[in-house]
Amino acid sequence: MSKSTRFRDEDLGRRGFLKLLGAVSATAAVLPDPAEAFDLEEFMQKHFVELSPEQLAKTLARLEKQYNEKYDRDDFSVNAAPPLEGVRFAYALNLSKCIGCRKCVEACVEENNQHRGDPDKGDRIEYIRVLEMEKGSLDVEKSVHDYTHEVPAEGKYYMPVQCHHCNDAPCVKACPVEATWQEQDGIVVVDYNWCIGCRYCAAACPYWARKFNWSEPRLEDEDIIPDTHYLGNRPRYKGVMEKCTFCINRVRQGLNPACHDICPTGSRKFGNLLDPAGPIRQIIAEKRVFILKEEAGTDPSFYYFFD
Amino acid sequence: MTGLMNYATFVLRSVRGMFHGGPRYLAWLGFLAVLIVYGIAAYTRQAEHGLAVTGMTDQVSWGLYIANFTFLVGVAAAAVMMVIPGYLYHNQEVKGGVLLGEMVAIGAIVMCLLFVVADLGRPDRFWHMIPYIGKFNFPVSMLSWDVVVLNGYLLLNLHVPGYLLYKKYKGEKPAKWLYLPFVYVSILWAVSIHTVTAFLYTGLAGRPFWNAAILAPRFIASAFCAGPAFIILILEIIKGWTKFPMGDRIISFLRMVVLISGLINIFLLISEVFTEFYADSAHVASARYLFFGLHGHNALVPWIWTAIVLNVTALISLVSRKFEKRGVILRNVPLLMLIVAIWIEKGMGLVFPGFIPSPLGEILEYSPSANEVAVTVGIWGVGLFIMTVLLKHAVDIETGEVHPDE
Repeated sequence: MSKSTRFRDEDLGRRGFLKLLGAVSATAAVLPDPAEAFDLEEFMQKHFVELSPEQLAKTLARLEKQYNEKYDRDDFSVNAAPPLEGVRFAYALNLSKCIGCRKCVEACVEENNQHRGDPDKGDRIEYIRVLEMEKGSLDVEKSVHDYTHEVPAEGKYYMPVQCHHCNDAPCVKACPVEATWQEQDGIVVVDYNWCIGCRYCAAACPYWARKFNWSEPRLEDEDIIPDTHYLGNRPRYKGVMEKCTFCINRVRQGLNPACHDICPTGSRKFGNLLDPAGPIRQIIAEKRVFILKEEAGTDPSFYYFFD
Repeated sequence: MTGLMNYATFVLRSVRGMFHGGPRYLAWLGFLAVLIVYGIAAYTRQAEHGLAVTGMTDQVSWGLYIANFTFLVGVAAAAVMMVIPGYLYHNQEVKGGVLLGEMVAIGAIVMCLLFVVADLGRPDRFWHMIPYIGKFNFPVSMLSWDVVVLNGYLLLNLHVPGYLLYKKYKGEKPAKWLYLPFVYVSILWAVSIHTVTAFLYTGLAGRPFWNAAILAPRFIASAFCAGPAFIILILEIIKGWTKFPMGDRIISFLRMVVLISGLINIFLLISEVFTEFYADSAHVASARYLFFGLHGHNALVPWIWTAIVLNVTALISLVSRKFEKRGVILRNVPLLMLIVAIWIEKGMGLVFPGFIPSPLGEILEYSPSANEVAVTVGIWGVGLFIMTVLLKHAVDIETGEVHPDE
């Protein structure tokens, strides 16, 4: 599954030296890539949080134009809706109910305009990994990721894992250029135009939540969801990191994340942690709640519970 | 103004000297140039298609590049092993060799920086890391610390030998205050580059294999073993093939450093292995994968045992001092073995198993692609090329081949 594109090059070793020389002379032609014309404005673009309102508006307009051209349409919108006042998002997942059907994985890939390469190779970026766990054990090393049998299986339970939007996030600490940070509403985001692709955040994350664009992301025109957020589901670039944003484009408009709405079992609960009457506070008060990898000291906004 | 002109002449003459030499020397440079071209071709492919042309995956997201980077930081740090006796204790004989050690350090640091850049998904955004212009996450991110200490070390190592060689070329006595303070700083700095690089790994609570306090001391021990071993090999070449004035004491001093560091390294390895396997907790998965294989996955097992055998054999031969007075090949084979062993330890033994199993318990093995190997070879070519011409330059000046009144 989401193993990223494999351009295994068996030919380089065999290819003659002359051919290599030819490739070198082509260097000038591919740096920068002729397929994506060099854009000085894009190159010079400042960090998202440092953009003035005018600069932000210009950036969003530029991106909309680029995406419309690239995906051959005219209805692309890229917004930068800010966090809502008095909102701190949190997620709770009922392990007693989840049956491991992976519908959430599919909904997530569609909603977030994720890279979809060769389906036979499982070359696709997925933010959610569903673990088939042995009953009686919380040890992820005993889990199975690539199960294909009918679910739910006897003696198993299922634990979907995605970004935990940690309040003390190792990825945020790791990033050398502050390209990833936690917003006021608790969502940990990435500025795809600022990330340098060093992947230190991926090494730091205890939940394996961060996914890298190893190649130019592939996305068919007809699969596009054109209503996007700058920090969320807008199409990404080659060589940058991405991750679950709780569907920032939806939740800042008052909707629930796509994985929440698709779930056929009602295992997924989403809401405002600061709302005393909301579902999250109720679950924390009434259910047997735990957080994954508590020993990593990440203080996540993602809870698991049993009925 | 004349000072500037003199300096320009010095640089010009130096560069000319760097590319002047016997047929063997020029053939070596030519060979390295071929490697560089090979690497550039491969990097071009990577720039076009992205890091998908490497063997890395979301599961094992760092590979050969970062492994080599980690190893070479150690080689760069090792230059300090000659600076300490040379300048602190005014050991004249070692002092002559210090310059050479610093030249090796420059080459190693350049390779480190190239490996980091080769590993970036967006090298075009490198400027985001420049303080004030970009947005530098200092002092929180350990990677930002690494950028600071590596570049600082590069500047220190450019300044000290550059200044000393220029003075030597002019036949003047160097002013102490213009280089000695930098020498003292560079001693601490050398330790810091490898410590910070170790902290890159140990600071990650989500990776139990790396999240161990012993990592930094082990980094230093292995660096001060492989680094001086590497420098000895270079000194042997210079001693055998040039008129550079060098006694035997410097090499025997460095052999002692290699031996002691190597023994400490083995001791730390034993401590690590004992703690992992005796307690046999859940944390042992990566170590088990490395040493014995896990659930039928065992790609690294032959590598790590090769490294251990090389390490132990080389250290026994160094302790016995049997080969020390033998021919140039025989006495240097144990050093070569140590270099290879520690290179394996850093890559196959440290970087890769940290990712296996993944934090969610998945086992996906890593092996570098041909393209990735080609880029790596190319970067080694660049580093060795830089080392070669800088060392040649130092030899030229010390032996008076390049001087002001031509």
